[in-house]
Amino acid sequence: MAGGKIKKSIDEASLEMIDKAAQDGVTTAFDRAEEMSQCAIGAAGSCCKNCGMGPCRVLTFKGQEKAARGICGATAETIAARNFIRMVAGGAAAHSDHGRGVTELFLAMAKGKAPGYEIRDEQKLLQLALEWGVEIGGRSNQEIAIDVGEIALAEFGKQEGELVTLSRAPLKRQELWQREGVAPRGIDREIVEIMHRTHIGVDQDYHNLLKQGVRAAIGDGWGGSMIATELQDILFGTPAPVLGRVNLGVLKQDEVNLIIHGHEPLLSEMIVAVAQDPQMLELAKSKGSNGINISGMCCTANEILMRHGVPIAGNFLQQELAIVTGAVDAMVVDIQCIMQSIATVAECYHTKIITTSPKAKIPGATHIEFDEHNALEGARTIVKTAIENFPNRGSNIWIPDKQTDMVAGFSHETINYLLGGLFRASYRPLNDNIINGRIRGVAGVVGCNNARAKHNEGHVTMVKELIKNDVLVITTGCNAIACGEAGLMVPEAAVEYAGEGLASVCETVGIPPVLHMGSCVDNSRILMAATAMVKDGGLGDDISDLPVAGAAPEWMSEKAISIGQYFVASGVFTVFGVTWPTIGNDEVTRHLFEDFEAMYGGMWAFEPDSIKAAHLMISHIDKKREALGIDKARERVLYDMEMRRELDAV
Amino acid sequence: MSKIIASAAIRGAHKIVGQADKKWQEAMDKWGANEPVGFPNTAYYLPVIYGILGIKVEKLGDMEEILKKCKLILPPPVRETHPLPYLAPALDAGMVTFFAEELIEAIRYLEEPDFYTKQEDPTDNNIWLGAADDVILRKRGIEFVDGTAPGFAAVLGAAPTSEIAASIAQELQQKNLYVFMSAEYNGKRFAEQLLEAGVQIGWPTRLVSFGPDITATVFAAGFAIRAGFSFGGIEPGDFRKHLIYNKDRIFAFALPLGSVTDEWYANAAGAINFGFPTIADTPIPEILPTGICTYEHVVSNIPHDNIVAKAIEVRGLKVAVAEVPVPVAFGPAFEGERVRKGEWYLECGGGRTPMVEWCTSKRMDEVEDGKIEVIGSEITDVPDESTLPLAIVVEVAGREMEEDYEPILERQVHHLINYAQGVWHIGQRDIAWLRITKSAFEKGFRLYHIGALLHAKLHQDFGRIFDKIQVKLYTEENSVKEIAEKAKAVYGARDARIEGMTDETTDMYYSCTLCQSFAPNHVCVITPEKTGLCGSYNWMDCKAAYEINPTGPNQPVLKGETLDTKLGQWKGVNAFIYKASRGNLDHYSMYSIVNDPWTTCGCCECVAAVLPLCNGVMTVNREYIGETPCGMRFTTLAGTVGGGVSTPGFIGHGKYNICQRKFISADGGLLRMVWMPKMLKEEIAERLKARAIEVGVPDLPDMIADETVGTTEEEILPFLEEKGHPAISMEPII
Repeated sequence: MAGGKIKKSIDEASLEMIDKAAQDGVTTAFDRAEEMSQCAIGAAGSCCKNCGMGPCRVLTFKGQEKAARGICGATAETIAARNFIRMVAGGAAAHSDHGRGVTELFLAMAKGKAPGYEIRDEQKLLQLALEWGVEIGGRSNQEIAIDVGEIALAEFGKQEGELVTLSRAPLKRQELWQREGVAPRGIDREIVEIMHRTHIGVDQDYHNLLKQGVRAAIGDGWGGSMIATELQDILFGTPAPVLGRVNLGVLKQDEVNLIIHGHEPLLSEMIVAVAQDPQMLELAKSKGSNGINISGMCCTANEILMRHGVPIAGNFLQQELAIVTGAVDAMVVDIQCIMQSIATVAECYHTKIITTSPKAKIPGATHIEFDEHNALEGARTIVKTAIENFPNRGSNIWIPDKQTDMVAGFSHETINYLLGGLFRASYRPLNDNIINGRIRGVAGVVGCNNARAKHNEGHVTMVKELIKNDVLVITTGCNAIACGEAGLMVPEAAVEYAGEGLASVCETVGIPPVLHMGSCVDNSRILMAATAMVKDGGLGDDISDLPVAGAAPEWMSEKAISIGQYFVASGVFTVFGVTWPTIGNDEVTRHLFEDFEAMYGGMWAFEPDSIKAAHLMISHIDKKREALGIDKARERVLYDMEMRRELDAV
Repeated sequence: MSKIIASAAIRGAHKIVGQADKKWQEAMDKWGANEPVGFPNTAYYLPVIYGILGIKVEKLGDMEEILKKCKLILPPPVRETHPLPYLAPALDAGMVTFFAEELIEAIRYLEEPDFYTKQEDPTDNNIWLGAADDVILRKRGIEFVDGTAPGFAAVLGAAPTSEIAASIAQELQQKNLYVFMSAEYNGKRFAEQLLEAGVQIGWPTRLVSFGPDITATVFAAGFAIRAGFSFGGIEPGDFRKHLIYNKDRIFAFALPLGSVTDEWYANAAGAINFGFPTIADTPIPEILPTGICTYEHVVSNIPHDNIVAKAIEVRGLKVAVAEVPVPVAFGPAFEGERVRKGEWYLECGGGRTPMVEWCTSKRMDEVEDGKIEVIGSEITDVPDESTLPLAIVVEVAGREMEEDYEPILERQVHHLINYAQGVWHIGQRDIAWLRITKSAFEKGFRLYHIGALLHAKLHQDFGRIFDKIQVKLYTEENSVKEIAEKAKAVYGARDARIEGMTDETTDMYYSCTLCQSFAPNHVCVITPEKTGLCGSYNWMDCKAAYEINPTGPNQPVLKGETLDTKLGQWKGVNAFIYKASRGNLDHYSMYSIVNDPWTTCGCCECVAAVLPLCNGVMTVNREYIGETPCGMRFTTLAGTVGGGVSTPGFIGHGKYNICQRKFISADGGLLRMVWMPKMLKEEIAERLKARAIEVGVPDLPDMIADETVGTTEEEILPFLEEKGHPAISMEPII
C-alpha cells in the first residue's frame, strides 16, 4: 500500500523506493506517519511536562470561560511560550554545537594538530581577522588563525557584552536589538537561560519568555551558525558555482556506494579525499567493483556538493529509501536528522551504518569515532569498510533511474562576484532589478521534510509559485535538495518556470531562479546576503525594509524553529507550513504573528497550503515595495552635466 | 540571450590573449626584456592596465606579469547545457581583453613606430591616429568636464554605405559626442567611409580614427581611464573607483556596425565593466536587465536613422541640442574644423580685409529682437573665393543688462560662429578672421545666418541677462572701419576697468564648481585678481553666469571676516569651501603656494611648483610635454596635485593668473617666477612685460629661465645667479 494510491511524495524515485520497501517488508517513516497520529495536545503546544506534577494539558476549548491552567498555575500562554522557546533552545544548541565543533577543529588545524586540514580560503581568514581586530602584519596564516579561532571559541562561552558578529548586521538592526534587549551576550548562555527560565516556577510572562527565545535564536543565526559557516569556508573553501546531480539515481550499480549523511563537513571532506586515493580504488576493484561512488544525504550532502560537486542521494525523508535500493554499501553518519530507523532498515539489506560522533550513537550501527587529530586514518577505515562490504550485496537491488542536474555553490560572496565580475562585484544589479521590478523580491525558502506532509510537495509548490511571480528564491537544507530534484536549479529552469522579469535577470547572469546557498547552518549566508542588499542601498536601511520573506514549508526540526526565529528577529516575515507549535494558544500565536512586527520588523505566520503561503510572502514583499516607493514603474532618468555635478564622489 | 554573448566574449578574449602572448614572445625574442614599451607621451603607461591593476608596464619584460594575470583570470568556455553563471566570467574576460589589447598595441608602437600619426590629425597618407597623448587628453578632457562633450561613441566596423556613416557621424557630432573609431567590417572601416564622404576627421572635429584593427578599441577605454586619473584624482589600481567613475561620469557607449565577431563581443564585455553599453545595428542577442550599466547592457537591431538617439537613451544621457536656424549642422563638434585654401567661398579679416566684432547695449526701444541686417554685399553678391570686410555688431537691450556683460556676450561670437559646420573663425575684437566654405555656401549658408545663429544661441544661453537682441553685419569697408574705431575705444575702456578691479574693492567672490561633474571634491573660488585655474572663467564671467543661472555652479561667496590678509583667507570663503567640497577641506589660501594652497582639478592650464634650490617657483603649461626643473612633466604634476587636495608647494592655475597682482603674492608674487616653458613665456609676453615693469624689475622676462637654459634646478641656478634674478636674494620660500 506504501507508494500506492495516496502518493506520499512528488518525487518518482522516492515513490519507487516506497513501493520497494513495501515489497521488501520494510517499514519507513512514511508508514509510521500513517500508522501513528500526532498527539493533538502536544502538537498544539498545550502540554507541559516540565515537572513531575504534570504532564498538564491546558487546551482551551471553545465556549470554555475559565482558561485552563497547569497544576502550578501556569497559564496556557506561559506553557505555549515555554514549549516554543525550548524548541528554539534545542535548535540553537544543535547549530551552535556544530559551530563549536568546527571551531575546535579550526583551532587544532591552526596549531598544527589536525593533519590533513589546511587554510583553503586565505582571503576570508584575513577578512575575518580584520573584522575582529586580529593583527595581520607579517604574521603567518597559522598564527592569525589561532587568534581568530580563539575569538570564535570564546563567543560560545561569553558571559557579557555582545557577540562580535552582531556588528555585521545593518546598524539599524543592531540598534533595534539593543533597544529590545535581545542582543545575545554569549551563544551558550542564552540557551542555558532558556532551560532555566522554562523550569518550573521561573519565568511566567510569555512576552518575557519569547524575548529570550529571540535572543537565543540571534545567537544561533548571527553567532553559532555564522561562525560554523565562516570557519568551514576558511577550512574547506568558500563555495563557488558547481554542477552537481541529485536523487537516488546517483547511486551506482557497479561501484561501491558510500553515503555520507548528517551535517558536519569535517569528516566528509576527508572521506571525499580518501575515496580518490588510488590505493582505495585498487582495493575497490579487487572486490569486484568499478570504483567508489560517494554521495551525500541531507546537509552533509549540501556541504560537499557546494564545495566539490559530490552528488546528492536525497534529503531527510530519502535516508531510509536510499538503503532500500539495496545498493548502499555503507552509510556514514555524524549528527542531526539521522533517523534511528536506518539501522533497522539496514538490517534488511547488507548496508553498514557507521556512526562517527561521540555525541550520536545508534544501537546496531558500527561506531568509528571521528578524531580530528587522525581524521585521514578514520576516513580510510570508513571507506575500507564500505569497500569490503560491497561483495555482501544481495540480489535485491533496484536503483531508480532518476537523477537531476543542479547548479549549486552560491555563497553570498559568490553572488557578489557573479553580479559584476572581479572588477565590478556588488549586489547592485540585484538591487537595481528589484527596484525596477524585474525581480519582485527575494524569498529564503529553507527547512526540512516532514513525514506528515507529502514529501517535497510543499517545497516545490511554494518555490514554483514564488519564481512564477518573479520572486528570486534562495535556499538551503532539504528545500534545496527538493528543488534540485524538481529540476529548478539549472539555469534553463528560469525560462521554464520563472516569471518574465526574473527569467530575464537569471538569463543575464546565467543563474537558476533558485539559488542553493548550502546547508542549514549556512542560513547565516542568507543573513549576510540580506545585509549586503541593505548596504548596497536603494532598498531601505534595515533588513526589515527589504522586499524579502522567508519560509519553511515542510519544517519538522527544532533547528527550523530557531532559524525561523532568527529570520524574524532579523526583520524577515517568515511563514511555516505543516503544523504550528503554539497553535493551541491564540494569545501567544497572535503575539508571534502580529506584535512581533512592531517589535522586530519581522513576524511569524503559519499556512499549510503552500500556494497560499507563497502569496502571503508575495503580499508582504509588495507591502515592502510600496513602502519603498518602488511599486510603480519609474521613468528613465537621463543625466545632464548639472545632475552629474550633484553626484557624490566615489 | 546573454549566454550567447558571454560565450562569444569569452572565446574572443581567449583569441586576443593568445594573440598578445604570441606577439609578446616574438617581441621578446627580437628585442629582449629590457626594451622600453608604452604609448606616446603619457604619464599613465598602458592606462587600462595601470588604472585597473596599478601595474606600470614600462619594458617588454613587464608584460609577462600582465599576461600571467590575463591567463589566470581568463574563464573557461561556457557550457552549452546547464552552464555555470557566465555574466561575471564574461565581464572578467572583457577586462582581460583590454589588458591584452594594450599589450598588442604597445608592441605595435615598438615594431612599427610610424603605424599611427601620433598627432591630432590624419596625414595625407595615414589616417590612423593611435592613442591620445596626455596633451590631447587634457585639452579634450576639459570638454568632458565643462559639458561641451558629454561622452563618446566607440564605433566599431563600418556602416553599409559611406553616406550612412557620414550621417551617423554628423548626428553624433551634433549631440556633442566624440566618435572613437576602430575595427573593420566587410573590408570597410568607418573612418575610411567618412573620408570617402568628404567628412573632415581628427580630434578637432571629434571624429577620432584610433586604428584599423579591433585592438585599437582599447584606446577608447584608455582615454576613459585617464579621465578618471586626471580629472577624478583616482589612484592607480583602485579599479572599482575607476570603473564607477566612468559609469557615473563618462557618458560613453559602443556602436558596433556590422557582424559582431567574438573579438568585438570581448571588447563589448570589457566596455560593460565601465558602464558603457553596446547598441548594435545587427540582430545580435540583447541584455536588457540593468545593473552594471545604468540601463540596458546590449540593445540590438537598431535602424541607422535611430541608432544615435537610441544609444543616448540607453546610456541615460540628456543632450540639449540647440535649435539654430541655419542650413548647416551646428554644435561644438564642428568648432575644430579647418578650412584650407581652396575650400572657402568667402574670407573676411585675417589681415586681408578689416574685420571687427562688437557687442554693445542699447535702450529697449532701440532694439528690435531678432532683427538681422546685412548692410552691404551678401555672400551671394560676390563670386567664389572672394574677400569682404566685415563688422559684426551685436546690439542688446534688457532690464538686467549691464555694461560689464558686453564683453562676455562678445566673447561668445567666436565659438558660436565656429559651431556652424563649414564656417571657420579665429580671433576676436578687431583681429577676427572668418572663412565660409563652398559647401556651406552651397547648403545655403549666408552672412545673414551669422546673425541668426548669434540671436538664437545668445538668447538660449544668456536670455536671463537681456531681453532683446539684434545683429548688424556690415560689409562695406568704410562703415566697417568706422565701427572698428568706435569699438577700439570701448575695448580700451573695458580693459582699464578690469585692470582697476582688485580683491579689496569687492565683498563678493564667486565659486566655480563647474568641474565637480568630474572632480567632485574640488572648489574654485574666483576673485577679481584670481581667474579660474582652467583659464575659462574670470570674476566677471562668474558674476554673469550667476545672474543667468542662480542655482548653477557659480555661486556668490561673501568674503566675510578677513582671517589673513597676506595669505588671502576669509571666514566666508572658508565656510563655503567646507560646504562645497562636501566636507573634504575646511580652508585654503588664495595667495600662497606654500601655506595651505588652493585645490586643483585636472583641468588647470598650468601647474606651478616650488623649486627649493632656486628659492623660487616654476610653472608649466599643459601643452609643454617636456621635463621641468621640479622633476615632473606637466601630466605627472597634474596627477599629483589634482583631485581636490591642498598640496603645499604645488598649485594649478590659469595662464592669465600669472600676471595678476595677487598671484602667489604671499610668497613674493611674480618675482619668484624662475622658470617657465618658452612657449608659455611667448604666449603671455605682453602682459608679462607690463607686470614686470609694475613690480619694478623690467628685465624679469629675460631672467626667467626656460627649457633652452635647462630642465633641472642645477642647470638653471647658475643662469638665475648670472642674471641676478630677484628670487635668489629673497627670503627663503620655505
